[in-house]
Amino acid sequence: MTRSDAIALLPLIVVAGTSMLLMLATAVRRSHGFTIALTLVGLAAAFGSIWIAAPITPCQVTTLLVIDNYSLFYFGLLIAGDIGIALLVYDYLGKRDVHREELYILLLLATVGTMVLVASSHFASFFLGLETLSISLYAMIAYLQLPRPLEAGIKYLILAAASAAFLLFGMALVYADLGTMEFARMAQISSAGTAPRGLLVPGLSLIITGIGFKLAVVPFHLWTPDVYEGAPAPVTSFIATASKGAMFALLMRYFYRSGGIADRQIVLVFTIIAIASMIAGNLLALLQGNVKRILAYSSIAHMGYLLVAFLASGQLAVEAVMFYLVAYFVTTLGAFGVISVLSGSNSEPEQIEDYRGLFWQRPALACVFTIMLLSLAGIPVTAGFIGKFYIVAAGTSTALWALVIILVVSSVIGLFYYLRLIAVMYLTPETHVTTLAQRTSSIGGVVLGTLTALLLWVGIYPGPVLHLVEGVFPR
Amino acid sequence: MILIWLIAILVAAGLVAWVVARWNTQAARWIALAATIADFVITLIVWVRHYRQFVLLTQGNWIEQLDWKWIPRFGIHFHLALDGLSLLLLMLTFFLGIVSVLVSWAEIQEGVGFFHLNLLWVLAGITGVFLAMDLFLFYFAWELMLVPMYFLIALWGHERRQYASVKFFLFTQLSGLLMLIAILALYFAHHAASGVYTFEYEELLSTPLSSTAEWWMMLGFFLAFAVKLPIVPVHTWLPDAHTEAPTAGSVVLAGLLLKTGAYGLLRFVVPLFPGAAHQFAPIAMILAVIGILYGGVLAFGQTDFKRLVAYTSISHLGFVLLGIFAWNELALQGALITMIAHGISTGALFVIAGLLQDRMHTRDMTRMSGLWSTMPRLSGAGLFFALGSLGLPGLGDFVGEFLVLLGTYRVSKVLTVLATVGVLVATFYALRLVQRAFHGTNIHQWRLPDLVKREVLILAPMIVVLLWLGLYPLPILNTSKSAIDNLQQYASRHITAAAEAK
Repeated sequence: MTRSDAIALLPLIVVAGTSMLLMLATAVRRSHGFTIALTLVGLAAAFGSIWIAAPITPCQVTTLLVIDNYSLFYFGLLIAGDIGIALLVYDYLGKRDVHREELYILLLLATVGTMVLVASSHFASFFLGLETLSISLYAMIAYLQLPRPLEAGIKYLILAAASAAFLLFGMALVYADLGTMEFARMAQISSAGTAPRGLLVPGLSLIITGIGFKLAVVPFHLWTPDVYEGAPAPVTSFIATASKGAMFALLMRYFYRSGGIADRQIVLVFTIIAIASMIAGNLLALLQGNVKRILAYSSIAHMGYLLVAFLASGQLAVEAVMFYLVAYFVTTLGAFGVISVLSGSNSEPEQIEDYRGLFWQRPALACVFTIMLLSLAGIPVTAGFIGKFYIVAAGTSTALWALVIILVVSSVIGLFYYLRLIAVMYLTPETHVTTLAQRTSSIGGVVLGTLTALLLWVGIYPGPVLHLVEGVFPR
Repeated sequence: MILIWLIAILVAAGLVAWVVARWNTQAARWIALAATIADFVITLIVWVRHYRQFVLLTQGNWIEQLDWKWIPRFGIHFHLALDGLSLLLLMLTFFLGIVSVLVSWAEIQEGVGFFHLNLLWVLAGITGVFLAMDLFLFYFAWELMLVPMYFLIALWGHERRQYASVKFFLFTQLSGLLMLIAILALYFAHHAASGVYTFEYEELLSTPLSSTAEWWMMLGFFLAFAVKLPIVPVHTWLPDAHTEAPTAGSVVLAGLLLKTGAYGLLRFVVPLFPGAAHQFAPIAMILAVIGILYGGVLAFGQTDFKRLVAYTSISHLGFVLLGIFAWNELALQGALITMIAHGISTGALFVIAGLLQDRMHTRDMTRMSGLWSTMPRLSGAGLFFALGSLGLPGLGDFVGEFLVLLGTYRVSKVLTVLATVGVLVATFYALRLVQRAFHGTNIHQWRLPDLVKREVLILAPMIVVLLWLGLYPLPILNTSKSAIDNLQQYASRHITAAAEAK
């Protein structure tokens, strides 16, 4: 590894190093305050090191990883999201009587996994990143060691392991056919060769199964509501944002680089998945009475929207996905942030009824939640609106009329359950004994305030973010 | 610059009112009142200042403009512009804004601050719709006015408010998103033809389109405006939303939100897609006549005071649609006068419904009767606006409908005759309203207080304006003339260009 390789990998190295340091520090002495401080310093340093790495991009580090603007953008997004999640975890665990420090180590390790995913240009790094992420997540989901988190953890473990097996099998088939594991070489070989590629499409299909599981798109979505419901709220927010976002970044890089998106059968498969996710996600969310399950189904639908942009393919599509993920990260963190901040010492506000009259008791919190839900629904002034606009623009520019119209119709169905949730918050409150946190901690307030400000800023003046994503394309 | 103030005053006053209401609810009301009055006065000053130009037709396309770069990546501008058409609709907006604040003075007692925040923000959104000259900005404002309106209905509405508010939101959201697709399609078509990415209204006007593409885009726009207007098959949200909304909400809905649909047809559908709109005109006009008759007949069958008035809106807005698609100067002027007059007369009828509900706690007309004996002034006002609604000569609605019929006669005699039958139906429902509620004997022994000073203050200016519109509509016609000429020119320029291309 050369010096420039090390500089390019600096963000990754800093995050990985911080997790090692934390592990050692925890072995010496447990201190929640010190742990969060070290985590934040490490993440901030990693975030800052992106600017050190930026001048030497694009840089291929071995055949495994590629550090280009695309990777660095996602590094920034993942690390920034992680800072928010770490603060929410601090607030959440502070209210509970458990060992707290290990969760931060797992969080950082999972982040390493996601960062490897977004930078990988090779099957080996793809799989390593995925497994680092998954294994950390098993423990994070079950962290509280209560029956429901444990159940969710086991469910995730079994299904993730199975899907990883599918993924490996798919990779093996593609390798058998093309003789390479590098994304970029696949495009050359498959376009140059004239021999029939009998194993390629089955291989790709199996890979889609593995990716689809992580993205939780229909029909690979069955774990989502249970895991969302069972996992602690901040962990759920990690699954919803970082895990899915990184996977999507990889999906785009892999299919755009390897030329898989040019295959008509693959396009058809993704089209069906996108349509099914948009419709099923939004329809099933209508039936839920549990807020975390509603958000789970809503995230399925949102992955469907992202697939519309993915299918549009091209520069505008890459930008649309990047922008949408920024909006989606902020919004989803905000929504789960509200749940997390409202959580008491042994319960989370899960049922819709728990939110009844929130506006009259905790107006600020209710306003934040309202804005987050409106952003998920894509209403103007919020980042979600510009994101949706971008995706519809990408779809329209390549004339994907059917997909765009289904997106529009299903998002109106989606609006229905967001409005239901919003309306409940403004009903007159019932006086009942509540196990929820009675006041917002200052850290929770700062996180939610920042996220709301970001959401509105990006929604009203998206120029800077648009500038950031302009012209970026995965190498 | 003055244009941004119109919006900024409302937005800022809404926030201030919200905060202030924590300590003093009365102050919040005064702030809201001051903001709407300030905006109204600004538009009045602009009108008076530029009136000579309107009469002499010397002003350019716009009398006021504001153009800031907003999102350069997509060529989106924050572009507001004012012409005679927008100016008249803005004056209506702020006039009804003042009415809505005043009418809520006693009616709204819970969540006063949040109520006024929503009320002022709806008005701000409507102002944005009437001023936006960038299609993205237009869509932005179009969507933005939904959220506060949703809250107005959902939080302060009557019995079935949840159902009504969600239905309202979903209908408008779906149709709005279809318009967004059409806007984007136009945007990319314009780029394909000229190499420039822009949402600018005046530039998109000259986009060459294939006739199929034009047809589909026109439909996307038309649907969004048809839902707002509303046109008959997609009107079902309206009776529910109008009936369940609080009085101020009904006034804003009927008086203003419906007008945004008509405005969109006038400003965007026909000038942007003249060819397709021309082909589509017969269908639109048939839909308009169906709306006129259907709304009238259903209004006749209602026993709920507000629901009756809601159905009359469908009927009146049918005339507006008819006038727009007849697309000659008489008909367009008529459509505009109908929009304004309907805003006033229907707004006033909703105010009266609100006053009745405040006093009697019912909107059911079978429980009313002989109210004249106990509330002569309120009943008199009710009679006046009911007569306005049925199109009595001398009041605003008559002028508008008369001009529309006159203009339509040149296009289709059959439709004119059928629409005239609609005027007849209006007589039935308006008189029935008056007979049921106000005339007859007071069989339920109602003893109710008559209008108080604040309520007189609301209704008296509305009476004056309606009379003025009916007796001397010339200033309105003068003000809108050049704007309407411009719209007609856009449309015809486009048609001749298409003809030359062939």
